[in-house]
This record gives sequence, C-alpha cells and structure tokens, in this order.
Amino acid sequence: MTDIYLGADRATDAEAAAVDAALRARGVDPVVRPETERLYTSGTARRRERRHFLLPALHALQNEAGWISPGGINYVAEVLDVPPAEAFGVATFYDLFRTESPDHDGDTFHVCVDAACQIAGYDDLAASVRAAGGHVHLGPCLGQCERAPALFVQGSGGRPDYVPADDEPFELPQAGEESLRLLRRIGVADPESLESYLAHGGYEALGRAGEMGAEAVMAAVADSGLSGRGGAAFPTGVKWRAVAAETGRPKHVVANCDESEPGTFKDRIVMEQDPFAVIETMTIAGLATGAANGWIYIRGEYPLATGRLQGAIDAARAAGLLGEDAAGTGHDFDIAIWRGAGAYICGEETALFNSLEGFRGEPRNKPPFPTTHGLFGEPTAINNPETLLNVLDIVTEGPDAYRSRGTERSPGTKLLCLSGKVGRPGLYEVPFGTTLGDLLELAGGVAGNGELQAVLMGGAAGSFVGPDSLGLPLTLEDTRAAGTTLGSGVVMAFDTSDDMTDVVVRIAEFFRNESCGQCVPCRVGAVRQHETLVQMQRRGSLSPARRTLIDEMAEVMVDASICGLGHTAASAVRSALDLGLIASAPSR
Amino acid sequence: MTDTTITETAVTITIDGQPVEVAEGSTIHAACVEAGIDTPTLCWAENLTPVNVCRVCVVELEGSRALVPSCSRPAEEGMVVQTDTPRVRHSRRMVLEFLGSGVDLSQADDLHHWMKAYGADPDRYGDEDHPVERVEEPVKVQDELYIRDYSKCVLCYKCVEACGDDAQHTFAIAVAGRGFDARISTEFDVTLPDSACVYCGNCVGVCPTGALQFKTEYDLREVGEWRPEDQTVTRTVCSYCGVGCNLDLHVQDERIVKVTSPSDHSVTSGHLCIKGRFGWQYVHGE
Ligand SMILES: Cc1cc2nc3c(=O)[nH]c(=O)nc-3n(C[C@H](O)[C@H](O)[C@H](O)COP(=O)(O)O)c2cc1C
Ligand code: SF4
Ligand code: SF4
Ligand code: SF4
Ligand code: FES
Ligand code: FES
Repeated sequence: MTDIYLGADRATDAEAAAVDAALRARGVDPVVRPETERLYTSGTARRRERRHFLLPALHALQNEAGWISPGGINYVAEVLDVPPAEAFGVATFYDLFRTESPDHDGDTFHVCVDAACQIAGYDDLAASVRAAGGHVHLGPCLGQCERAPALFVQGSGGRPDYVPADDEPFELPQAGEESLRLLRRIGVADPESLESYLAHGGYEALGRAGEMGAEAVMAAVADSGLSGRGGAAFPTGVKWRAVAAETGRPKHVVANCDESEPGTFKDRIVMEQDPFAVIETMTIAGLATGAANGWIYIRGEYPLATGRLQGAIDAARAAGLLGEDAAGTGHDFDIAIWRGAGAYICGEETALFNSLEGFRGEPRNKPPFPTTHGLFGEPTAINNPETLLNVLDIVTEGPDAYRSRGTERSPGTKLLCLSGKVGRPGLYEVPFGTTLGDLLELAGGVAGNGELQAVLMGGAAGSFVGPDSLGLPLTLEDTRAAGTTLGSGVVMAFDTSDDMTDVVVRIAEFFRNESCGQCVPCRVGAVRQHETLVQMQRRGSLSPARRTLIDEMAEVMVDASICGLGHTAASAVRSALDLGLIASAPSR
Repeated sequence: MTDTTITETAVTITIDGQPVEVAEGSTIHAACVEAGIDTPTLCWAENLTPVNVCRVCVVELEGSRALVPSCSRPAEEGMVVQTDTPRVRHSRRMVLEFLGSGVDLSQADDLHHWMKAYGADPDRYGDEDHPVERVEEPVKVQDELYIRDYSKCVLCYKCVEACGDDAQHTFAIAVAGRGFDARISTEFDVTLPDSACVYCGNCVGVCPTGALQFKTEYDLREVGEWRPEDQTVTRTVCSYCGVGCNLDLHVQDERIVKVTSPSDHSVTSGHLCIKGRFGWQYVHGE
C-alpha cells in the first residue's frame, strides 16, 4: 500500500497557504495528488523525493497558527505523502513545535535557564517578560551566553522570530587586533555586502583552491593538521579524503550550524558577522570532495544568522560564486538552508541527517559513517563552521604558515566562548597553547566577587576544572591529559558565590530533557541521574551508595549508549563531584 | 549443491576465545547463536530490521572504545568479541534495571531470567520521599481486538517497524515525543479506529512485553484466568484466501485465545492480516 489515510481534520486556508509558500520557496509544487494517482503511479518514489520538506512545512504551520494542528498535519501529510502518524512523531520531537492548541495567540518568549543565564538571573528576565504580558517558555541554552540572561522570541500569526538583543550594536572584544585570523573580518567587513567581503580578501581562497585542484586542497588540509571544532576533533583531511574517494553517487557538504551545546555561541557570531566566509569555505569543501550539494542546518533560534546566510547565498549565487561552475572553478555547487526546531541532539551529525531528511532527529548507529552513508544515505562531509573557516588560511598561506600558530599537535587558533563571571564575556580567538589563566585575563579576569570557584570547559558535555587549572595550556592534548576537554570551545567561569549544586542539577536536567529517547542507557539513565542529584540537593548530601550509583549509571551511559549525548551525559556531573564542587561532605 | 559458495563468503571471528565461522553479512549476534552463546535481545527480531536501540545485547569488541550492539553489528573477519566480561555484564544489568525501574515488565517473560542472571535490581532507584518517574498510562481499550498498555512499553520500536516498512506498510503508529516522554502513538493520539490501523495485529505479534495484547488475553488476565500452561498450540493454514499463511491457534479451555504465525514461515515471516489474526470468532459461532 502506498496510500496514506487521513482523518477528517482539514487545514485552514491560512495554514495551507503558509505551507504552500514554504514549499514554493524551495522549488516544490505543493499540489495534492488525487488518491488514485497516489495509489497507482510512482509508488513511494515521491514520498522519498519530498520527505525532507517536512521540517520547513512544519515550521510554516507553527509560525502561521502558533501550533501544528491536526488539519495542518493532514495537509502536510497529503502534499508530501508522509503518513500523519510519522509527521506527528516528527513534530513532537522538537521544542519549537507545539501540537496542542495554545492558550494564547501571541508570540512565545523563550528564556534560557542554562548555566550562564542561571547565574545571571534568568528568573528576573522571565518575570519581567511575564509582567509585560508575554508568554514565557523556559528552555535550554539559546547560544547567547555572552549576553546572559538570554531571550528568543518565537513569532506566531506569521510574525517573524526575533532576538531583541540583535538590535544592539555588535562588538567583538578583540575587534581589529592584528593577531586575529578567523575573526579578522568581524567588525571590519560589512556582513551584508559581498563587495565588502571581496574587498577584505573574500573569495581569494576559492580562487586559489580552483587553481590548486581538489587533490592539492585536500593535501593542504591534511598537512595543516586541522581537526574538527564541533567537539570531536576528528582530522578534517581524513574526512574529506574519505568523501572524495566515494564515486558514483551524489555527495554532500553539510555545515553543522546547530550549535546548541550550553555555553557555545561562536558559530552564531561567525555566521552573523562573516556569513560569506561560511559560504566560501563550504564551496571549497565541495570542490575538494567532489560534492555538488551544500546544506546548512542551522538551529531555529538563530534568525539573524539565518537571514545573513541566506543573504550571502543569494548574493553569491547572483555573482556566479555559487551554482553551475561556481566562481569559474569548473565545479557545480549550491547551498540550501534548513532550520532546526529546538533539539540539541540534532547537532549530532547523524541525528542532523535524519532531522534534515524529515525524520525524527534520532542518531544512527555507527558504523557506517557519514563519509559513506551520510545525508540521504550518500557520502557526506559534515563540518562545524569554525572548522571550515580555518580552510581559508590553509589554502591561501599554505599549511606551514598555518602551523606556525598553535602547537605541534594542535595547530592554528581556537575560538573560545567566554561567559559567566568574566569581565568581558564574548568570543575570543587565541592560538592553541594559550593558558586558561591568560585567556581569563584577556577576557577581563574573574568578575562577580573576583574569586574563581570553577570553570566549565566544553559545555554541558564537558567538565569542570578548579582554580588550580589556570596554568592549563588550551590544546587538545593538554586538556585531554588533564581529563577535561575544549569541546566546542566553552569557557564558563563561576565565582565562589555561585551555587554549583544548582548548576550541576540543571546540567543533569538538560540531558534528561535533550535525550532523544531512543536508547535505554540514555533515555532512562539521564532521568535517574537527574533524580539522584535532586535527591542529593534536597538532602544536602550524597550517600556513598548513591555516589556509586552515579558511577554505575555513568558507566552504562558511556559504554552502551548510541551517541555522544549519552556518552557525555555524566561527564560534568562526575567532574563536579570529583572536584568537591557539590556534595563535598557527606554530612547528614 | 556443494558448500563452496558458502565457504567463499564466510568470515571467522573469535567469541570468548572460540573461533566461529559465519556467512559474510551475518551479525555478531548470529555468530553468538552459532557458537551456542545465549545472548539477551529485546528490540531485535529475526523478521524485523535491527534498530539497535535497547542495548541489552551489547558485547565487547576489541579495538572499539564503547561496547557494540551484537544484533546489528556485522561480523567482520578477525573480530575479537567478548560476551561475558564485567563491562558487558554491567551494561546488560543496568539496561534491564533501567527498564524495570521505568515500566511494568511483569509480562515481559523473556526478560525475567536475564534480570535474574545479571542481578538487575530495578527497585534501588529513588526512595519513599523521592519516587522515580515511571511510565504510567491508562490502558487503551478502544475495540474488541487488541489493547495497548503503554506502561508496559519498552520502546523497542518493533510495533512501529511491523506496522511500517518491515511488514504492513500502514504507518498507523510512530514514536512521538522525545526522551523519557517518547511514546508509541497515532497522530494526535487518535483512537485506533480513527487511525490508519487495519487491524492486522502484526504489532501485537511482535510486542515483547505485553504492551500490545489480544483483547481475549487481556480479558482473561484481568480475571486471573490467563493460563499459558493449560494452552495448546495448533498449526493450521488460514482458510480465508489462497496465500497460504500458517496460523498457530492458541487454545485454552477449548477456545481460541490468540493467533500467531511462526516468524520463520516463508509466506508470513510471522505477519498476518486481520482475517487470519482476528477472524476466528466464527469458529465459536459468534
Ligand atoms: C549531542 C551532540 C551534539 C552535537 N552538536 C554539534 C553542534 O551543534 N555543532 C557541531 O558542529 N557539532 C556538533 N556535534 C558534533 C558532530 O556530531 C560532528 O562531530 C561535527 O559536526 C563534525 O564536524 P567537525 O569535524 O568540523 O567538528 C555534536 C555531537 C553530539 C554528540
Ligand atoms: S545516547 Fe541518548 S541521545 Fe543518543 S541515541 Fe541514545 S537516547 Fe538518543
Ligand atoms: S494492527 Fe496492524 S495496522 Fe494496526 S497498528 Fe498494528 S500493525 Fe499497524
Ligand atoms: S508497544 Fe510493544 S512492540 Fe511497541 S515499542 Fe512498546 S514494547 Fe515494543
Ligand atoms: S544562552 Fe543561556 S547559557 Fe547559553
Ligand atoms: S537487541 Fe540489540 S540493541 Fe536491542
């Protein structure tokens, strides 16, 4: 059977029009096929062809009606040939989608409750929004940790989403400094102007890459020692070569712009302030790997970055820098943007593929790996935008010059997201090897009461270090040896007035809420871990048996979970226990 | 036929120190079966595509940082696998314990001896003042054919697969929600009669925990009259059409109480349609 069964609910005209517009914007004719045609022609082919438009269609419904209604689901199901039960399963996966009729028809004010905003007093912000009549939704990190407490407004009734803080002029703490490599155009070039990008060296790297050829570009990337900045530090050259080696199937380059690790906001600033660089480096990746299809998967809470990237894509396409024979390289490459809808797990690369393809954002078991079975099951090079940005220097100045910065095993510079109790929170770029203490000094030193209690490294999936770690050189090898991680570049400082138990309990709650629920160790383990910590908080102590239980739960999550979320869900919790930041004295 | 084609495509792996030869493409789990090593599984079934979500079948694979799911991981030449190390036992125990701490496993008969074997103690979480979160849902009794009791659901995805790509292609049910709140559901949780469901009962046939259950079985259990030990199973061929599906009629007190089909049967792979699955009331003249 290829037909789908629909209940009696029908979409309103406005809902249907919103879906139609979203599909047309992506070149899809939103025509409903008569049932006879669904049954007797093309089988499930169209279902496969169209499934990946589900996420944009659901966004359109949510934005129009403030929720995804049964009639709306049926309309989308009919247009895209997706069974309604599956479309519902997808819609209910995401925080930004509602499947119950809202009790208000205004916008939704998302207030972040994660660590940086917790210690900056998100409750005051939430109270003031409520006092002004706004409907508040408390949720995870919004990627604005440097301007905590953070707010994101989700539009309804067709009104666009927006971030009030985007109205403030942007300032980069290190703006214009000579030492900057990845951030050198920020605050200098106009992010909305291709001319300005070109005037600041834009598209020199792609031109150079075109002359060098794919093989030489990959050799340079491999020789540079560049490794992934999305958290896993996988060698980029190895990844690209594996994709380049695949032939006979369509190939993809995906920029993983889902950035949802609590404490991380670097990609947002790069995308907002230097969008053409993301576009150019994706094009270089396409050239090197022989992939013609570029995809940007960006978290739904980043409207400004989404708009700037779309503007950059449009301008680049109009100038012949994307599309057929992009920039005269002889290689065809184009880019489409897909918006996520509020799910940390969709930053995990295989969950991202499923999400983009219109399925629930559940990670896949690996192997097989994305380089052979990525987006649509086809070879895919997926990279973090910061990783991609490094390719500009690697191509233009060569791997040797690139390696002159940083350390032997961690070449280059690193973007670090400073937040919490530091003098000047914000995005910083330093060579690998800079010490944690020097970095904190660069960011204006410890703020608050001036006494450092702990630093969260690498985000919720990372770990805490104490004030005795200020001498730690920030490299992949040194952090690993010290039992911590750079992860996605989070450096969040806490002073001695911060209640670390509150912070750690919230981290555990974050994992509980963000687990996709697919595998037992993480689906249940993250809940039991959180419950155990809440129990500890209420009692004021953790019994030795409970401490052992936490370790036992951690062990199965690390050993038997499907993906990195489960693997890291206990990491920060255990580091806090080991450092004595919480439950130091099993008193009562 | 000679064995040459088979030996050409065989791989040898070592399980618990013992070499095992299996056909290329077989899973580590299949190799364990071959070697006579009993391995717990929950989300795996021979007639469904592996989803590898429950993680109760994990084994230690040399060179792999984490444990791997034996039910889906293909055996590759030279692999060295351990199935009974402390790490493996710990993970299996914790998976079973986690499941038992969150849902009602009282009818998940296949799991009981494993829980005992691994020493799973689902009750050690929380305390009187801090009860743990469990899946508690009212039983859905929406028709006379089968019931759904999701407080027994371990989210093994088997019913979804049976209703979808792996057998029925009806897609009446899917996983909805996220994390611990994930549930098997129709769209907007509409009742089965309002959904795409065609009552093939294939979901019931694969459910390992009793979350999906024939109404006959449910009713008998409610009055304490469900007695598997007093049941006989009679194999027959469905008489409704010419396909030739094998039926196993489960009979208690001279009444048919449920119908299954052998999952290794070449015609059905265990899956039936509404007529074979539920169309037996006429036998009793109803
Ligand atoms: C739970 C989870 C969330 C992740 N989120 C992101 C993310 O938001 N952005 C990102 O680039 N990588 C993220 N990753 C890592 C990706 O899976 C992948 O390793 C990365 O995109 C590869 O790019 P890179 O090699 O350039 O780092 C996440 C991983 C996990 C397990
Ligand atoms: S580890 Fe957690 S997030 Fe990852 S697949 Fe399992 S349940 Fe989902
Ligand atoms: S009875 Fe058949 S159609 Fe109905 S939900 Fe179960 S598998 Fe799907
Ligand atoms: S209802 Fe049964 S078959 Fe379906 S997921 Fe739950 S336990 Fe598995
Ligand atoms: S925006 Fe609140 S912690 Fe990131
Ligand atoms: S049986 Fe292997 S993961 Fe469930």
